[in-house]
Amino acid sequence: MKELEQSESDLIAGLVAIIRRDLLLAWKRPGDAVNPLMFYAMVCTLFPLATGPSAEQLLQYGPGVLWVAALLATLLALNGLFLSDYEDGSLDQLILSPQPLPLLVLGKALAHWLVTGLPLVLMSPLLAMTFSVPSNVMGILMLTLTLGTLSLSMLGSIGAALTVGLNRGNALLSLLILPLAMPVLIFGARTVSLAVAGDATSAGVYILAAYCMFTVSLSPFATAAALKISNE
Amino acid sequence: MPANTLTELLSASGLRLFRGERCLFENLGFALGAGEMLLVEGANGSGKTSLLRAIAGLLSLDSGVIYWRGQVTLQNRQALCADMAWLSHRLGLKYDLTLVENLRLDAALRGLVRDDDNEVLDRLGLKGLERLPLRALSAGQQRRVALARLVLSAARLWLMDEPFTNLDTAGQLLVREIIERKLKQGGVCVVATHHAIDISAPTSRIKLR
Amino acid sequence: MWTFFHKLASPPHFYRIAPTFIRIFAIAGVVLTAVGSWNGLIEAPIDYQQKDAFRIIYVHVPSAYLSMMAYMIMAVSATIGLIWRIKLSHAVAAAAAPLGAWFTFLSLATGSIWGRPMWGTWWEWGDPRLTSQLLMLFLYFGYMALRSAIDDPGKADKASAVLALVGAVNIPIIHYSVYWWTSLHQGQTVLAGKMPPEMLIPLLINILGFTLIFAALLLYRVRSEVLYRERRARWVRELVAGQEAIS
Repeated sequence: MKELEQSESDLIAGLVAIIRRDLLLAWKRPGDAVNPLMFYAMVCTLFPLATGPSAEQLLQYGPGVLWVAALLATLLALNGLFLSDYEDGSLDQLILSPQPLPLLVLGKALAHWLVTGLPLVLMSPLLAMTFSVPSNVMGILMLTLTLGTLSLSMLGSIGAALTVGLNRGNALLSLLILPLAMPVLIFGARTVSLAVAGDATSAGVYILAAYCMFTVSLSPFATAAALKISNE
Repeated sequence: MPANTLTELLSASGLRLFRGERCLFENLGFALGAGEMLLVEGANGSGKTSLLRAIAGLLSLDSGVIYWRGQVTLQNRQALCADMAWLSHRLGLKYDLTLVENLRLDAALRGLVRDDDNEVLDRLGLKGLERLPLRALSAGQQRRVALARLVLSAARLWLMDEPFTNLDTAGQLLVREIIERKLKQGGVCVVATHHAIDISAPTSRIKLR
Repeated sequence: MWTFFHKLASPPHFYRIAPTFIRIFAIAGVVLTAVGSWNGLIEAPIDYQQKDAFRIIYVHVPSAYLSMMAYMIMAVSATIGLIWRIKLSHAVAAAAAPLGAWFTFLSLATGSIWGRPMWGTWWEWGDPRLTSQLLMLFLYFGYMALRSAIDDPGKADKASAVLALVGAVNIPIIHYSVYWWTSLHQGQTVLAGKMPPEMLIPLLINILGFTLIFAALLLYRVRSEVLYRERRARWVRELVAGQEAIS
């Protein structure tokens, strides 16, 4: 008779297993992880090219550009979150796993962030320098981007789940998630701007942290529901 | 029709499913005890896969109830999933990972700790292929890896959608063997296939048009 | 009491009783809107700051209010449809979306017209209501886009229900973030202010009137939705046969 109650250690083991799996898969295809990063760098380059190299202008909209680019790069990367599992039938196995699907989905989104969001955050100081962002702001920049990209990965997983297997799922994913991602963009970018101006940033950071916790705890359930629907 | 929990493990009644306008099946029912097999027959597109997916819970039915061990599966998903293994045309394996990595992953997701992998791999003719990425194996070998996963899952209920595809005669015999073994151990198998198979075990049949 | 809801959820029953309500709501709505608009547009005193421009609030405020209410209706009925699997609920959600989008657009257009004399431009990002209404429009578009991208109607219902629910949960957060964002912006002008009763009462009448018109339009759309979704069912065939027999 199988043990039907799942202890906490079982759940953690399941979470670790799925994170390991996705990290391992990403390791075998390193090119996939580099694309969003290059995209991020290129978008950050587009703005100065389009608007002119004036240093004070750059400083003014620098935080905004860094954030918008991070948002777009994350959205770009989110397309592949469930796609390969959907195509090779692993999604069926995940849905049918005795582990709760929201847990597995959380694991996948976390692994996805580790592979795309974290490198983005680590690369941002370099790009911020090109916008003449002062070095004392880098800490806030990375902190807000960490919280923000994590929230985006969570929120975006809902969109990825809703659009997996659809024909032009990519564009639709962005259309669905962008309005919902506005708060993150607003809080994140403005907090960095405040830091550049030397104003207090704690309010913005707390709000971002709260929003991050909110998405991390609730979005897996929405994503799991959406996955089951899309997989039917 | 309440489930007779003494003898029935998997039972269903009143199953109905529409695909768009077409009624795939209506008023379908069955009851399986330990060691019994349900054979779902029908041409391609007749709804065999849909029926299996509905039993697994991947697809929602228009009406009907399914019981596993006396409990309604719709409300007791975890109990069913812990006891069930699923095999379909899309194998559900990661082709970038090796054989061993795939099996180990499945064990971790099921919370199983086991050490009999080698024996099963040997029986299925997969010895020596452990460290190769799955995409380096032939279609038949990949299917046998999926079968190994099934055997190693220690699940009571097997749902198999067209398990004989891509297998030569030896492979098909192998599938028959492992199904028979499972049934002898007291398991329950639901198999959808358009191949003619004969297995020495109590078999119910459903034919879909 | 339960039978009441059970009967209400039955498509043919809804189809039969809806026209009565549509007529009542439509007439009452038009009358109230006429009264409110007459009062507001013609009779109410001129606002000393904005002169005649403010009069557009009699259209703007009801539209804005309805754009949000429509989304709530959409989200709630979609959730009900998802949890209790009531087909009529999904029809209500599908019908509410385009209506909500139109009212959002109306509120944006009237808001822009209202602001122009004050701002000198047709758009002002610093106005929080305008910006959050724009995001609301995008939410509606996303919902409708997802619906049309999924072929299987049942799947489309369920997937868009999840989206509507996620959107509904996020709307307060989006509103708050936009308000926070504009509060950091210097020199913002907000489309609001205290209102004396001579202005307020016609406004409330108009809000009620618009709501009734919306309800009438919604029921009308749901009726069409239901007819389309159930087009293969027996009651529809009998209905059509009956109609043909008459004509």
